[in-house]
Amino acid sequence: MIEISGLTKHFGGAPVLDGIDLQIEDGERVVIIGPSGTGKSTLLRCLNFLDVPQAGRITIGDVTVDAARARKADILALRRRTAMVFQNYALFANKTAKQNIMEALVTVQKRSKAEAEERALSVLAETGLAEKADSYPAALSGGQQQRVGIGRAMALGAELMLFDEPTSALDPEWVGEVLDLMRAVAERRQTMLIVTHEMQFAREIADRVIFMHGGKIVESGTPSEIFGAPKDARLQRFLKRVEG
Amino acid sequence: MRALDLDYMLGLVPVILSYVPLTLFMAVAGMVLALILASLLAVERVAKVPVLDWFVVLFISFFRGTPLLVQLFLFYFGLPQVLSFLTQIDGVTAAIMGLTLHFSAYMAESIRAAIMGVDRSQWEAAQSIGMTQAQMMWRIILPQAARIAAPTLVNYFIDMIKSTSLAFTLGVTEMMGAAQKEAAGSFLYFEAFLVVAVIYWVIVEALSQGQKRLETYLNKAFVR
Repeated sequence: MIEISGLTKHFGGAPVLDGIDLQIEDGERVVIIGPSGTGKSTLLRCLNFLDVPQAGRITIGDVTVDAARARKADILALRRRTAMVFQNYALFANKTAKQNIMEALVTVQKRSKAEAEERALSVLAETGLAEKADSYPAALSGGQQQRVGIGRAMALGAELMLFDEPTSALDPEWVGEVLDLMRAVAERRQTMLIVTHEMQFAREIADRVIFMHGGKIVESGTPSEIFGAPKDARLQRFLKRVEG
Repeated sequence: MRALDLDYMLGLVPVILSYVPLTLFMAVAGMVLALILASLLAVERVAKVPVLDWFVVLFISFFRGTPLLVQLFLFYFGLPQVLSFLTQIDGVTAAIMGLTLHFSAYMAESIRAAIMGVDRSQWEAAQSIGMTQAQMMWRIILPQAARIAAPTLVNYFIDMIKSTSLAFTLGVTEMMGAAQKEAAGSFLYFEAFLVVAVIYWVIVEALSQGQKRLETYLNKAFVR
């Protein structure tokens, strides 16, 4: 169970996150939509302290962190219960696909090399990239890199997977394969929090869709509620723009 | 004008060559120690540890801001007058110390710049999987910074090899010192120092070949 309350973040002046309250059940798949610059990515990045929130409480599983008093150990604990997929893939450039997946298993989770390698190869097989195990990121297409990125996050066995616009940087031809892999992850009832502009995908896999605007959660509901009967005028305008 | 005494020069080559191991020893020892110290200094400069940062800035400023020769004289002739236990230090050790401190100050700045040149996403990915700062630095950031810094660091190594000739001023008989002694007997200064110059040149050229291999190796992950 994930519980976020009063999460607040401002870069200098105006708040980017304005007291976010959100609960996510185990196995729930939540998609966040909304216009650019409304704090969607910042919300994800505050959950693992890539951005540091100024106030609020974050509970992920057995870890609760008070943002105002977060210590190094708290932050590491949160990071070790989450796994993030980045917009720009962010694969370790000095490591092969296999090593990218093994890295956290060996260094952070202290598993044996043999065990980590076995896990990495089985994850790569699931992502359809078994034959790219020894390729460096520079030699992979954007779609392949992102599939490794998702594989790296899957291998962690984290309580919560965070997807920060995972298809936004991709050439259109690679978007499909990445969404397919995310569908496969979703089918296992992995708890997921996804920021995306792929509305069709959100409709398909989300248990709940959240609309953010101006650093706040404005509306929240099932895909059919949000896309079929949007209540807030800002959500209606947003959907009109993105769905044409 | 007189002709070069080629026979004398050829005879001198093996004599000077016998000091190459000492030159390389000072340069390699200095380089290894300087690399370690420079990496620590650079990591500190990036992390900016309170108080410590002030000392590191001062250290870099002093060792970049004063000539190597002056530093060597300070260590070898000056410091023992102040700190009595230093009288035990021989010229080779003093030279290695001086080279280490001097070059680490320069190298720290280029390693720091290389660390800052590693893409932000690499830091974030390392943090997101729950690595500690030390793990992130050692396993992700420094290996990538090494690739960025390599050409500059090889340049410093070349400079360090040539700078070992200053050990001669501390009474160390290395290539330069040996040539000086030989020339003092034969009065053929031009021949003697020309032999030394050519030998340095050959060593540095050989090293430049190694540089290409090193860069190919460090680039292997980045080839499409």
